[in-house]
Amino acid sequence: MKFKISQSYLEATARQRIGFIVDKGSFKEIAPPSEKPASPHLDMFNIPKSFGDGVIIGEAEINGRPVSILAQEGKFMGGAFGEVHSARITGLLRRSLNTKPDAVVCLWDSGGVRLQEANAGEIGVTEIMGAIFDLKATGIPVIAAVGGSCGCFGGAGIITGCCDYVIASEEARIGISGPEVIETTMGVDAFDSRDRALVWRTTGGKNRYLFGFVKELVENCPEEFRSAICSAMAKSFKYSLKNLEAMQEHLQERADKFGSMDNTFDIWKEMGFNSPEAIPEMTVAELKSTVQAGGEK
Amino acid sequence: MEHLEYKFDGGNTQTDMLKSTVQGVVSSGNLEVLIERKKLNGKCRFIIDTAAEGFAKTWQAVLSRFMENHQPADLQFSINDYAASPDIVSLRLDQAYEALSGGKK
Repeated sequence: MKFKISQSYLEATARQRIGFIVDKGSFKEIAPPSEKPASPHLDMFNIPKSFGDGVIIGEAEINGRPVSILAQEGKFMGGAFGEVHSARITGLLRRSLNTKPDAVVCLWDSGGVRLQEANAGEIGVTEIMGAIFDLKATGIPVIAAVGGSCGCFGGAGIITGCCDYVIASEEARIGISGPEVIETTMGVDAFDSRDRALVWRTTGGKNRYLFGFVKELVENCPEEFRSAICSAMAKSFKYSLKNLEAMQEHLQERADKFGSMDNTFDIWKEMGFNSPEAIPEMTVAELKSTVQAGGEK
Repeated sequence: MEHLEYKFDGGNTQTDMLKSTVQGVVSSGNLEVLIERKKLNGKCRFIIDTAAEGFAKTWQAVLSRFMENHQPADLQFSINDYAASPDIVSLRLDQAYEALSGGKK
């Protein structure tokens, strides 16, 4: 097992992440902090604001190719979708319909809708989804990267699922209801949110990769995120009614096959892995070679 | 939340700086510092929104120390603070000033 010492994508700020991904010196920020775009709602809750409302948007180049790029700051209010936050993202996506970049790169890191601005945030999430579908219809690929401490939950989980291609690290958790929400509503027997191993092997990047939701699994390393984004930019994505129907059928089969199981290990065993309990300890490279050697993907 | 503003007499104006920079993140015990070059007759202005109320004197002390150390002029500092401790505030101010001056002393 060989580890390269690297910076951590997980611990980096949104601004650092953009620096990791784009060509040096190519990033042109739109509505930067100096314009002081911030939430009009947080004052009444006595909560500090942030210039940019927790998301950085702009245009840049990756390997010399033009992209639109956004990065959510997970450390500010859990990367949550507030009104201004969402409007900034929607604005960038809609602008991309005109500027027609080679790709729209979304560095998501969000627990979902910002509860203090819930209605505006919910509307924001639907507007972002709408703009993503418009981009897909135009043939501009929307690439998602998830590797922050918030992962992608709630509206962010849905938005991530709308993107053409999802790149994630094992550390990234992706889902709709977060572990604590499930525990609160279904009981601790259904899901123990304090059992970190359980939380990660259920919602973490590896399981999402094995289920095919995450298309490329990478280590928690900025260079790996960047090269995965470059590879994704070389792909083309096609949508048709036939594809959608096939996907629906696949999901039904999956539900029939795994629906009665309540443990990720049983699911992995059923997928064809002989020693599923070894999976959480594997590096990304080891997991991929195991998948190629016969485990179902 | 408490809103605070301070003005200090500046030192030497440096012209080879970036126009603006932002450093730090608004999260618990942390803050973001936005510095912009502005014509302020040589003075420096600090505009602070902080979640920790009642620390005006501490801010005054931390900012005075920063001004003594760096002697900047014609800069506006906008700070969003989520109750960072004074040492973290000092660190972020230094970090932002260093980023603005491109790492040059």
